[in-house]
Amino acid sequence: MNFYPIFKKELRSYFSSLIAYVILTVFLIISGYYFYTDLALFVVWGGSSIQEGLWQQLFHDIRLVLLLTIPLLTMRLFAEEKKLGTIELLFTYPFSDVEILLGKFLASLAVFSLMIGLTVLYPILLAIVYEVEVWPLAASYLGVFLLGAAFISCGIMVSSLTENQIVAALVSSGIILAFWFIDWNEAAMTPIVAEVLHHVSFFEHFYNFARGVIETKDIIYFILFTFFFLFLTLRSLESRRWRGMR
Amino acid sequence: MIEVENLTKYYGEIRGIEGVSFLIEKGEIVGFLGPNGSGKTTTMRILTCFFPPTSGRAKVAGYDVTAHSREVRRRIGYMPETVPLYPDMKVKTYLNFVAEAKRMDVKLRKKKMGMIMEQCGIEHVAHRLVGNLSKGFRQRVGLAQALINDPEVLILDEPTIGLDPKQVVEIRDLVKDLAGERTIILSSHVLPEVSMTCERVIIIHEGRVVAVDTPENLMARLQKTVKTEIHIKGVKQEIGDRLKTIPGVIAVVEKEEVTPGIFSFEVEAAQEEEIGGELASLVHNNNWQLVEMRAVKMSLENIFIELTKTKGA
Repeated sequence: MNFYPIFKKELRSYFSSLIAYVILTVFLIISGYYFYTDLALFVVWGGSSIQEGLWQQLFHDIRLVLLLTIPLLTMRLFAEEKKLGTIELLFTYPFSDVEILLGKFLASLAVFSLMIGLTVLYPILLAIVYEVEVWPLAASYLGVFLLGAAFISCGIMVSSLTENQIVAALVSSGIILAFWFIDWNEAAMTPIVAEVLHHVSFFEHFYNFARGVIETKDIIYFILFTFFFLFLTLRSLESRRWRGMR
Repeated sequence: MIEVENLTKYYGEIRGIEGVSFLIEKGEIVGFLGPNGSGKTTTMRILTCFFPPTSGRAKVAGYDVTAHSREVRRRIGYMPETVPLYPDMKVKTYLNFVAEAKRMDVKLRKKKMGMIMEQCGIEHVAHRLVGNLSKGFRQRVGLAQALINDPEVLILDEPTIGLDPKQVVEIRDLVKDLAGERTIILSSHVLPEVSMTCERVIIIHEGRVVAVDTPENLMARLQKTVKTEIHIKGVKQEIGDRLKTIPGVIAVVEKEEVTPGIFSFEVEAAQEEEIGGELASLVHNNNWQLVEMRAVKMSLENIFIELTKTKGA
């Protein structure tokens, strides 16, 4: 697997074009603000469990910020290469499509990990004045990580379909949103459809993680989701072979 | 070094190329000549494994482009027509990335890097952003990325397009210097361009190979006569008649009147005759006024018409 050159190039590009800094800043400001308000609410209402009273609220808020920021992180991955035409050269270097995809996926996953990694500062700060349970919190972080990976795979897939970055960002936000809300309109569905959509929805699977509970089916769901979209991306990259366009 | 057999590529219903076959020996510089949309880029993209052909076979450096695409890609250097580069990378960083992408040995890379940057004349821009470079330098960086892995086969798509005349000469010289060990294919839609650098020319038109020959033979085949267009102020009938009397003139074709009183003729003469002086003195002796005189160059379109005609006959 020779994906490292691509990984390095993408990571460098994130930081040299300032995108990473902008996204990090916006993400940290908004999620910091959420932490502050959620903490204030927890203090005022004084729930019995910090996991359900504070962290669960915070992670549900953070997922909204991720919905906004991750498509901005992934939109350029293929769309920009298509626009610049550099994809033509990239495909004539001795990489396989999987290596190209993996390099790009892991690079955005790395930036994303830095984003959520920096939020660990919040519980550390809180731990100075209040007792923080580590393991449920770790479970929530695992959930956010898996959620982010799923968002990224979806964003990469859309980016491979267009050469317009704005389209890429908007459409991936749209798809992610649809997966959140897909089971909301239960009244309009037959029970079986409702049940199926319930399992397809992000919300259902992230809920447990946010509460600090790890369930195998939730892990499998996110991993499958991620692989499915990465697989679609590979198909989309391969389409050049029979379509002949770039 | 490059074997192409009956190569065909369709984009859906649209034909890219059809039944293209040719053979290129090791160390040859071969020019691909054809108007825009004739299938030059399509052929090159197949040879560089960007996409596979619809049917037919192509072997580059001994490997099949479909079955062993990665082996092929390790042995080639490719510069696409638009020279796509990453504008937010520095020249040296970019070339390092390409070297890694082409899986070059680290020690070899360090040695090669300086050499190639010097050869392409880009050492002094090594630390500048690619996006801030002029078209000429971008072209050189494009060439450097193709050369970095010391490829056996170099494929250059319109390497001089969009450059100013001085840069064209520089790039042309650079390509000539690269010849020898390497096999080079370059495409162009200008005949003189190809004839100056290449030993052999493959002419491709509407997706088919129309002719494969040396530039000299092609020129000889095409230009048996020399045409001169001349605009003269005088008496129309008189001019027409007397032009025909010049020795060596084969035909005089009357063209449309340029402006009232100024007449245009196309004078065709045998290749070896020099009729410029004769024309001038004829005009002078008859007290006409010479408004314009120029050689009619054979346009690429004419060349193709000519070639397809001779092939059919």
